[in-house]
Amino acid sequence: MSKRKSARTSKRLSGVNNFVVKFANVNGSGSASANNLFAKSIFRMGIPVSPHNIFPSNIQGLPTWYEVRVNDKGYLGRRDGVDLMVAVNEQTIVRDIESVLPGGYVLYDSSKALRPLRKDVNFLPIPLKEICLREFEHPGQRQLFQNIVYVGALAAFLSIDFEILTSMVSQQFRGKEKLILPNVHALELGYHYANDNFDCPLPIRLKPSRKAKGKILMDGNTAIGLGCVYGGATIASWYPLTPSTSVVDAFGKFCKRMRIDPGTGKTKFSIVQAEDELAAIGIAIGAGWNGARAFTASSGPGVSLMQEFLGLAYFAEVPVVLFNIQRVGPSTGMPTRTQQGDLLTCAFASHGDTRHILLFPSTPKECFEFAAGSFDIADRLQTPVIVMSDLELGMNDHICDPLEWDDARKYDRGKVLGAEELEEIEDYGRYADVDGDGIPWRTYPGAHPEKGSYFTRGSSHDVMAAYTEDGDVYAEVMDRLAKKFAGSLKYLPRPEIESEGNKRGMIYFGTTASAIPEVHDKLARQGIMLDTMRIRSFPFHEEVARFIDEHELVYVIEQNRDAQLKSLLKIECNATDEKMHSILSYNGVVTSADCIESAILADLSEMSKLASA
Amino acid sequence: MSYIVKPRFHHPGLQKNDLGYTRRDYEGTLTTLCGGCGHDSISAAIIHAVHDMSLAPHQVAKVSGIGCSSKIPAYFLERSHGFNSVHGRMPSIATGANLANRELYYLGISGDGDTASIGLGQFCHIVRRRINMLYMVANNGTYGLTKGQLSATADLGSKTKSGEESQYDNIDLVSLAIDLGASFVARSFSGDKDQLVPLIQAGLSHRGFAFIDVISPCVTFNNTPFSAHGYKNTWENNVVLSEIDFVPMRKEITARYSAGKEKEITLHDGSVIHLHKTSASYDPYDRENALHHVNEYKKQGKIATGLLYINQSQSDLHELNDTVNKPFNRLNEHDLCPGGDVLQDINETFM
Repeated sequence: MSKRKSARTSKRLSGVNNFVVKFANVNGSGSASANNLFAKSIFRMGIPVSPHNIFPSNIQGLPTWYEVRVNDKGYLGRRDGVDLMVAVNEQTIVRDIESVLPGGYVLYDSSKALRPLRKDVNFLPIPLKEICLREFEHPGQRQLFQNIVYVGALAAFLSIDFEILTSMVSQQFRGKEKLILPNVHALELGYHYANDNFDCPLPIRLKPSRKAKGKILMDGNTAIGLGCVYGGATIASWYPLTPSTSVVDAFGKFCKRMRIDPGTGKTKFSIVQAEDELAAIGIAIGAGWNGARAFTASSGPGVSLMQEFLGLAYFAEVPVVLFNIQRVGPSTGMPTRTQQGDLLTCAFASHGDTRHILLFPSTPKECFEFAAGSFDIADRLQTPVIVMSDLELGMNDHICDPLEWDDARKYDRGKVLGAEELEEIEDYGRYADVDGDGIPWRTYPGAHPEKGSYFTRGSSHDVMAAYTEDGDVYAEVMDRLAKKFAGSLKYLPRPEIESEGNKRGMIYFGTTASAIPEVHDKLARQGIMLDTMRIRSFPFHEEVARFIDEHELVYVIEQNRDAQLKSLLKIECNATDEKMHSILSYNGVVTSADCIESAILADLSEMSKLASA
Repeated sequence: MSYIVKPRFHHPGLQKNDLGYTRRDYEGTLTTLCGGCGHDSISAAIIHAVHDMSLAPHQVAKVSGIGCSSKIPAYFLERSHGFNSVHGRMPSIATGANLANRELYYLGISGDGDTASIGLGQFCHIVRRRINMLYMVANNGTYGLTKGQLSATADLGSKTKSGEESQYDNIDLVSLAIDLGASFVARSFSGDKDQLVPLIQAGLSHRGFAFIDVISPCVTFNNTPFSAHGYKNTWENNVVLSEIDFVPMRKEITARYSAGKEKEITLHDGSVIHLHKTSASYDPYDRENALHHVNEYKKQGKIATGLLYINQSQSDLHELNDTVNKPFNRLNEHDLCPGGDVLQDINETFM
């Protein structure tokens, strides 16, 4: 068989371990697991990889994309431009081909003729449908295996270790051995077709590396679910809501493995699918009041519904953990796209003078650590803790260091009086600041026959928890709560600062972190040196204000329209707009190094124009 | 809300229960409700019931929502922890609290606004979830704290003090509870302590979701001759479907009951209720039959009271989830944390 040279006239992009492959599929067609197989096989070759799912709020039939960036330097943020497009969705194929970089490649299903749309890209036609019709009997397999066939072809085009692919298939279908053979057959069909018909590998290709060796590839929601198991959560109450659903799914999955009492077979966890998010957080608060560690997971619309209860938990001082996997708002917004849009609403959720502890994880490892640690913080401070993840972190796989747990670690249950301690106490006051740190002592229901009971209420109360309409008594409680909040910093993760004494800096948090090393290096190559600070919690540590003070100018980089982090910094750190310039993105996909770099360059040139004018 | 401290006078002759406590040990702060409010009678009935069944007050957790009704947990069982939560959301607090510690008795107090309007969804779902608790509604057909608006339990045509007439059919919480699968459903009247006290005792002893709808007149806003929830209408139209006596666990059973209309029901904690049916056709074990009787009397403008329905075979949420016997709030890192070695294995599955 003579080999077809793909589009000899155009240039061909080249590069080892440095490209973007994008898959354009129809959702519900079984492409997700095939695409995951592709990304994970690259990871198994030790090569840094970052996959992104760009999917619709729909079950079946709408366009969905999966974007995989491979980068040997370890830059794991999104990169604009596509080197190789797997264009197998007829609905979007025109636009998909348009998005390929000149000299890039397009793998498409040639069972149906395609009008050549561009001359500056290289087409890789493979008759996916025809191959599957010929080779498979079952109608389901004829559809499903088209995805596996293109993964096999990509293995030839990009030099994926074929044995890694087949061993992953065997692992995936362990216990369902009948499925292994046809899957491997489909991989081989694609692999051989590509090898027989094209010059393989392409100039863009993979080479085994050690860069990702010893790392794990995990999504943030799985890491949170696991962190809740390790952190001692026993009760999860929730209402299904994209993109938070997989937090509770993961918690349940791990609990079924690790929270069954070996002696009795009984469970050490309860998961309640509540009637709505109001009930979901109410259940968690009821459990927290009664001394069990409990959480709920939700996203924007659910968090809006939880506001009244968050105020109660703040004022009545009940520990509770809420995982907010942020998505695009306002309102229903774009349910399957990412945003960092809930900072202000969460920092001050509920009416009156309320404020809440926020944690901002950036990696699955931090999702795990912050999830486990959030229960200690909530118990210690007797207040809600909101862990602010987002769809990008929660629902996509990310490379990170393996998770760690120190077996000597004990849960910090905070200030709780048991029966013996109560025996020694004359006048127990639930809201008395006996230690001067603003944190009172609590008791669990049933602790002691005659001592320690109190009446929890969202209405104004005195130190004994009795109802009061005395304004001075109310104000004293509010002042103590402010003091408690100010003292919370020592329990919260500090910001990560990389400083070389530069005049300018970047402030960012959460998933923006994936783009920052690349932005930093790209600008440094142009002589623009920037210090960086990644904020990891609210309220802000003193270093945050200091970082702003010590720089002439800081870029506050965030993924929302209204510069919500900058607003918080203005409120809390007395910083001004002159000192803080916003770099914003809010189009539903995670920000990229290109986008941040060009915004900073534009701002710098604007400022120099103003200076010279 | 008390500005007046309640006097703590202990009469030496006060009767002590098996734990050595008098009724004073089961009281709360001084009520702030209007003089003659039915809700105060409910508080008194709870104190009476819990004392006489020798339940240690600290073994009870009180939960409530918002409204006149939801204030009353402050007026009884001061040695119990209480949680006055947000409007209509007591069921979720009760659910979480119950999951955290299965050993306590949970007493939920709500009102008709709190349960039949803003909290209707949560009420329906706590019934479905079979939480082991006693849920009482102090039902007066009106919003007292906001000065007398009609509530969703006000009967069609019922009139408030200001003359406002209910234009809608009411939500009957008893029928709803039976329909949704509550395993103990009763209705009573705050003015009939003899009926209410054993119902509270049986409801607390019952394992599963027990519900008592207590007609509790609002003397200030909804006690006219034309209000269905007033004293006059309730006295005149009360039809007792079953009378019960409650014999707590450990007490010797002395009375002997004849067969036929009498039934002896042993509850899960060993307590016994003697149930006397007033109608031969009525069967408190049969859901459809119980619903039929409640609805038939309603058509006649009558209010069926007593223990209306009981099902002792239903599992509660802990049994459904097969949770460990030790309360969750006593589990520590040793019980809950899988440890570093297991985490290492998990890491490997993500490599």
